[in-house]
Amino acid sequence: MQHIIVVGNGMVGYKFCEKFVAQEAFKGFKITVFGEEPRPAYDRVHLSEFFESQNAKALEMAPVEWYTDNNIDLITGERVADINRSSKTITTAKDREFSYDYLVLATGSSPFVPLIKGVEKEGVFVYRTIEDLEGMLAYAAKLKAEKPNAKAAVLGGGLLGLEAGKAVMDMGLEPHIVEFAPKLMPRQLDSRSSQVLQLKLESIGLNIHLSKATNQILGNGRITGMEFGEDDMLDVDMLIVSTGIRPRDELARACGLEVGVRGGVIVDNRMKTSDDAIYAIGEIALYNQMIYGLVAPGYDMADIAVQQILGNADKVMPADIDMSTKLKLIGVDVASFGEPFMPATKGHSIIFENKTQHLYKRINVSHDGKKLLGGILVGDAADYSMLHQVYLNGMAIPEDPAKLILPTNEGGALLGDVMDLPNEAQICSCESVTKGQICGVIENGDAKDLGDVVSCTKAGTGCGGCKPMVADLTNATLKSLGIEVKDSICEHFDYNRQDLYKIIQVKGYQKFNEVLDNHGNGGHGCELCKPLVASLMATIHADTANKEYAIQDSNDRFLANIQRNGTYSVVPRVPGGEITPDKLIALGEIAKKYDLYTKITGGVRIDLFGATLNQLPLIWKELISHGFESGHAYGKSLRTVKTCVGSTWCRYGMDESVSFGIELENRYRGIRAPHKIKGGVSGCIRECAEARGKDFGLIAVEGGWNLYVGGNGGANPRHAELFAEQIDNETVIKYLDRYLMFYMRTAKPLQRTAAWQEKLEGGLEYLKEVIIDDKLGIAEDLEKEMQTLVNKFECEWTQAVNDPEMMKRFNHFVNSEEDDDNIVFVPMRDQKMPEPWV
Amino acid sequence: MIMEEILEKYEATKLEDVKVWFKAANLNDFPKDGGACIKYKDKQVAVFNFERLGKWYACQNLCPHKMEMVLSRGMIGDDKGIPKVACPLHKKTFSLENGENLNGDLKAIATYPVMIKEDYVYVGFSE
Repeated sequence: MQHIIVVGNGMVGYKFCEKFVAQEAFKGFKITVFGEEPRPAYDRVHLSEFFESQNAKALEMAPVEWYTDNNIDLITGERVADINRSSKTITTAKDREFSYDYLVLATGSSPFVPLIKGVEKEGVFVYRTIEDLEGMLAYAAKLKAEKPNAKAAVLGGGLLGLEAGKAVMDMGLEPHIVEFAPKLMPRQLDSRSSQVLQLKLESIGLNIHLSKATNQILGNGRITGMEFGEDDMLDVDMLIVSTGIRPRDELARACGLEVGVRGGVIVDNRMKTSDDAIYAIGEIALYNQMIYGLVAPGYDMADIAVQQILGNADKVMPADIDMSTKLKLIGVDVASFGEPFMPATKGHSIIFENKTQHLYKRINVSHDGKKLLGGILVGDAADYSMLHQVYLNGMAIPEDPAKLILPTNEGGALLGDVMDLPNEAQICSCESVTKGQICGVIENGDAKDLGDVVSCTKAGTGCGGCKPMVADLTNATLKSLGIEVKDSICEHFDYNRQDLYKIIQVKGYQKFNEVLDNHGNGGHGCELCKPLVASLMATIHADTANKEYAIQDSNDRFLANIQRNGTYSVVPRVPGGEITPDKLIALGEIAKKYDLYTKITGGVRIDLFGATLNQLPLIWKELISHGFESGHAYGKSLRTVKTCVGSTWCRYGMDESVSFGIELENRYRGIRAPHKIKGGVSGCIRECAEARGKDFGLIAVEGGWNLYVGGNGGANPRHAELFAEQIDNETVIKYLDRYLMFYMRTAKPLQRTAAWQEKLEGGLEYLKEVIIDDKLGIAEDLEKEMQTLVNKFECEWTQAVNDPEMMKRFNHFVNSEEDDDNIVFVPMRDQKMPEPWV
Repeated sequence: MIMEEILEKYEATKLEDVKVWFKAANLNDFPKDGGACIKYKDKQVAVFNFERLGKWYACQNLCPHKMEMVLSRGMIGDDKGIPKVACPLHKKTFSLENGENLNGDLKAIATYPVMIKEDYVYVGFSE
């Protein structure tokens, strides 16, 4: 058995292993991988996501078990220190020796830090590894504690520098970008597109300083500023250096392999170095006198090295490497393909620019107007995949090439159908997947949907830029095979939520079985369609969850939140968070009587945990007698309207946020929606109620309320967007009635307002046209429907405890009064909790 | 009690193995196209009235995923024609015919035969 040693466990080093074990001939080889970092290879392209999630595991290319499962020895945290070419051995920093038959260098690159005076000071970082990021996070946290408005600069306005700029924003520091060149992204963008990008970035709060040569880093021990020239300084508390990369070729140099003048191990088109047994791939390889800093060529190099080692001598790297790329930088689309800058001698450029919308599109076409040679897109790269394909495959372009980039309503976007692409067209350049392969796995039955296509072909798993096109191809192929592509809710219905909404509304169905028998596929329903129909019935007929409880979701069925051990928690409504001492005492006494664990919820209500099914009605009878009603914490419905204390008490308050919050909470209580809804009302711009993190939020300003919509906390935090300014209470209610009803009519199942709004075609502007300008002529209907729901409100717990038939379901056993004896509680901090899961 | 011991109490029972037909409750005590839990000795058994199929099913109330006594509170339905129950905690689904976990690889749950006689629901046990 031959032994391959891979030096470096980055993205390309990992890809080499992945491609190798996918080959049948792999059986005759043994692979050992060395990684200097403490963790297995991770996705460095999406490194900035670490600032959002702080979850290093989520970035892993493959878990440690993957290496074991594939019989690969992964040795992390151990650097290879020396290569002995004559004995074909390597020595690690821990002085261990290993021999090899083939050696693959995938050591990548390290950040280049220019020799600026003071660059060693505390608070100066580079941006490359998860450890770098952790260091930054710790430092930023310390800074913010000392100084709430601390500033951080990024040295370098290239692609990586702007990524780092996003990281600075995510850390909550004031972001500055310092660039030596007179424009941002000098390598990828022309001057005009660079200006458009700059305007856009400045509009979202980035401070950009161009044509600045940094003389020295100021500060006594730790950084306090940067000096550019005489009297030209910038105060900053932290600096991230992102001025380029240098290949990690020190090992290769030390053992005498041929290297380039400016670094990098020289390889031929077989990825072979000057030593026949040693290959170099990725950012360390100097091919065509170039270092390729993109992941796609790195993956191709890994593939070539695999093929060469396995003896497929004819598989070589092409002479021309496609450097096209599409990214989202701080939320801004930036893409370039082919020849982005083109001299007039080779062709003509067509440029569309709209600075007010931060849009720039440039395409370069041949003199005869028949071929697309390259281009640049900033602000909107939706056309990238198609343009890139047209370029790569030399496809015909419209007689007036301007149509390729003009906005649709001006006669543009006349690109062909994805299915017109040739089968060889490479759709995913990271994983080298062609259109033929994608369509093939669907046609031969291996893949039935997008998820299958991705797992069969790996398309879209690299940079992800091709995902929309893979989805289009999947849908088009399925369609061509006569398989209808619908976002139907489950196997029992061929309809989506909006279809069913209309069906139930028009036909007036009252029972799940009526809908299923008349419009289903002949099955018996499931845990997806049953609660969905229940929710629609509630929205359309103002039904409570008591009406047909067997189709309700887990929590709605028992009007309480099921918790870890099968007991329930109880949350009475406390509108606007206002509660009298008497009611507070009542809650305490009831909790004590039933031995319930109590906690203030995230929505500032009081949650009582650990009630058994049998106890729920007893607890609710007592709560109701003290004037409480259901808080619907268990439903996909309005939860709370959080308020700050407002002008009733606060010396800064501009309006009565509590009174208005209570009014809104009481108005929308009980309505069932596609997902839960939360509201917030703040009495002034200090925003103590965190209203912009809610589905709807109000902030009192001079002259009325500012209304924000579509905010969200949770897994994907999003600030609500400003919808209307300085409106009075009546107008707020009018707009909110319409907004919520429109959401309830059109959203997908379990889609929060934030996601709905984001996916809505036409975006916020369209929403304003519908809600404020009544473009669709439905505003009156929306208001009427909402008013019906408001008028028909009934507390479902009061309804339940007063009806002996409804009460029957709150027994653990139908043949015994006993409670579930399987429930075990253990003490914790003077209260109780369920016994932990094993 | 250790969970494994509790789990061992539930063994799939076939019609031919039934020694005891336990008279559980009146059939009106069970929701249509839904379930409720019965107690037999120290066992908890979920009983479902699958009215759309005109059939009754019984299985252990214990979900083998997190070992909680909750399956009777789950929604029922079918997966490509196989009648199933979805656990209310994490929506693990199990065939009501043979107890098999339909959306994962959990151990199958125990199922029991059900008989309806003169408006009463009887569940069959081997002991």
